[in-house]
Amino acid sequence: MDNIAGKKSALQWAVHLSTALLVALWVLPTFGLLVSSFRTGDQIVTSGWWRALMTQESQQPAIRIGGEEAQADGQFVIEGNLFDGQGSQISRWGTSSKEPEAFAAGDSADVAEGVSLTVQADGAFRLTSAASMADLRMPRVFVTAATPPDFTTDNYSNVISSPMAGQSIGEAFLNTLTVAIPSTIIPILVAAFAAYALAWMDFPGRPLLVAFVVALLVVPLQLALIPLLQLHNAIGIGKGYLGVWLAHTSFGMPMAIYLLRNYMAGLPRDIIENARVDGATDFQIFIKIILPLSFPALASFAIFQFLWTWNDLLVALVFLGTGNDQQVLTGNLVNLMGSRGGDWEILSASAFVSIAVPLAVFFAMQKYLVRGLLAGSVK
Amino acid sequence: MNPAIQALFVIVGGVGGCIGYFYLSNLFLDKVLYPPKGPQAGRNINRANLIRPWLFLFPAIFGLSLYLAYPVLATLWLSVHGKDGAFVGLDNYRSMAGEAKFWESMRNNMLWLIVVPALSTAFGLLAAQLTDRIKWGNLAKSLIFMPMAISFVGASVIWKLIYDTRPEGSAQIGLLNAVWLQFDGGIGSVIALKVVPALILISTIAAALFGIWALLSPLREAERRGQPGIVAVKVIVAALLAFVCYELAGWLSGTLTAALPYGAPQTWLSMPYWNSYFLMIVLVWIQTGFAMVILSAALRGVPEETIEAAILDGANPFQIFFQIKVPQIMPTIVVVWTTITIVVLKVFDIVLAMTNGQWETQVLANYMYDKLFRALDWGVGSASAMVIMLLVTPILIWNVYNARKEMR
Repeated sequence: MDNIAGKKSALQWAVHLSTALLVALWVLPTFGLLVSSFRTGDQIVTSGWWRALMTQESQQPAIRIGGEEAQADGQFVIEGNLFDGQGSQISRWGTSSKEPEAFAAGDSADVAEGVSLTVQADGAFRLTSAASMADLRMPRVFVTAATPPDFTTDNYSNVISSPMAGQSIGEAFLNTLTVAIPSTIIPILVAAFAAYALAWMDFPGRPLLVAFVVALLVVPLQLALIPLLQLHNAIGIGKGYLGVWLAHTSFGMPMAIYLLRNYMAGLPRDIIENARVDGATDFQIFIKIILPLSFPALASFAIFQFLWTWNDLLVALVFLGTGNDQQVLTGNLVNLMGSRGGDWEILSASAFVSIAVPLAVFFAMQKYLVRGLLAGSVK
Repeated sequence: MNPAIQALFVIVGGVGGCIGYFYLSNLFLDKVLYPPKGPQAGRNINRANLIRPWLFLFPAIFGLSLYLAYPVLATLWLSVHGKDGAFVGLDNYRSMAGEAKFWESMRNNMLWLIVVPALSTAFGLLAAQLTDRIKWGNLAKSLIFMPMAISFVGASVIWKLIYDTRPEGSAQIGLLNAVWLQFDGGIGSVIALKVVPALILISTIAAALFGIWALLSPLREAERRGQPGIVAVKVIVAALLAFVCYELAGWLSGTLTAALPYGAPQTWLSMPYWNSYFLMIVLVWIQTGFAMVILSAALRGVPEETIEAAILDGANPFQIFFQIKVPQIMPTIVVVWTTITIVVLKVFDIVLAMTNGQWETQVLANYMYDKLFRALDWGVGSASAMVIMLLVTPILIWNVYNARKEMR
């Protein structure tokens, strides 16, 4: 728009550059976690994710030698490999934590009276002794090795099937689905009828009701926790899915009514009045004309509500309970952060399982999401 | 019963129930109660039309009243009653005001309320303006918008990896520490960590001071025209800006004088005062996309003639942006700002997941959760919920006022 006068802005390259920088800043955090979720636990703790594609030269945790003793040429020998076939290359090694780089690959070292150890570059070791080593405490080996990049999907299969914080992510995934889907579908219908009444039916008190809805739009749901918990206990629902569904349905209602009313009020008056003249009742007008025409608004609200219920933590914590089999994904993730805070291979894979569905919905239906945002805010 | 099957029943039952309710109640109204025929057909139609809106509205109004309006009153009631249900007046509020943690939450919340909306809106505006001018703008937009879909907890995990700290000597896996360790105290570090930030701070302070001056100088005229509301708003905004200036001046002197611990990995999340900012960044990261989408639509709505005229008058791109476009989309900026403000007041998940309020990062919503469900002190918990409500109220009134204006 700034080029109207016919001159190309000299700032154009700066615009490209700054946009690229901004996008990079916004994508990198997620990307880092994504890369980490495909790396083995050892790799994650020994190098940053931005070096995932490089071969890494690093000092590794001590490895204690073990194996079956065999006799050859009058000597007792234990042979084996420090690694289980990862293709690592040892450059230096040592037998004490004080001097972890004392020897080069292929060197021999005395670890005790008459006992000598040889370590090759590929991790093969040979421990020889004149006497039996049955009573000997096996030496520890410190190695500095170059490890090739190593990607795995084991993290995902681990977190989905095996319980980490009392419950597996797979189970939590099902719980979240159970919470989110009814909480998305039910409010739409209820809100659509109300929105139609507020947009197209004349009755005393209508402006007041619209104001009521707008006011409730900003009421923090924190206020609702205790009174509603008391209410649920009093009428016998207690903690459970029914309570969560009811809570999500009602909490989403102001937004739904507001969005849908704004959209419906913008529909052409002629259609509705023609239908009235032709003798259609309000119910028929709503079902046959308004509802099909409002599809875009219904879709955007559905996406909002789905993202909100899927990502919610507070409502699920309070109304569903904190038992191990009742956790939703977000609750499970919080527990993992507490109990397995340092295990990034578990955390990153779990986090990605939990954000995969909303991200897919987001990228598939971005158009409706944007439309809904605009209908809700710019007026 | 398996919850998943239960969910299926609820979907079918809920949808069927809704349709059944609306259909049958309409049928009852039209066929039984006031049938539009017979000698009183006209009167019956009128009566039916008086009742019908309420049939349509009833389920929604019922849900809203029971789940949102009633709890506000119930929380108010709880906040002035003791554990045994006896009326205790303002005792809960008094004991809350006596707690250091509460004031810590209030202070942090004030910082959150200023920093997050300001940064999100600023970044959103920048992103909107930049992406609207290039071919791959739509791709850039959807990438910046993406964090919107990520839960607060998921975002906390993502950012915790960035803030991760490993002991000195071992490889850092957190991006922030890895970058930090690149600085060794040489001339490059001085430029990047002292000179550049100082320049940015100075220019921000200057901008804020200019803002105060611009807000306050036309005040007398507004007063003369008798607009006390506008005067009050402007004075409040100016006071906030003054506070920001004061805070930034503190940063400036800190930047220039503090000896930075080069070469040692930092535990970012337990660094008092600054850790709150590290948490805020997470929310800014999430909310910028929202601001960008809305502001970008508003920018596209700016009439081209005004920009054309400015170009003909010789305005440069910056002047066009700040003096032509921004003033015209001011109402939208305010809407974005207030929407993000409401999100900030409810922020709870991020603090719970990342620090759980330790190291002086507590905020009101998490403080309230602590009181309600860990300390089981419903009186004080409700009192702090009322504080959140009180902070939301100005926005609530303003929204209702605007909605009423629109209806007319």
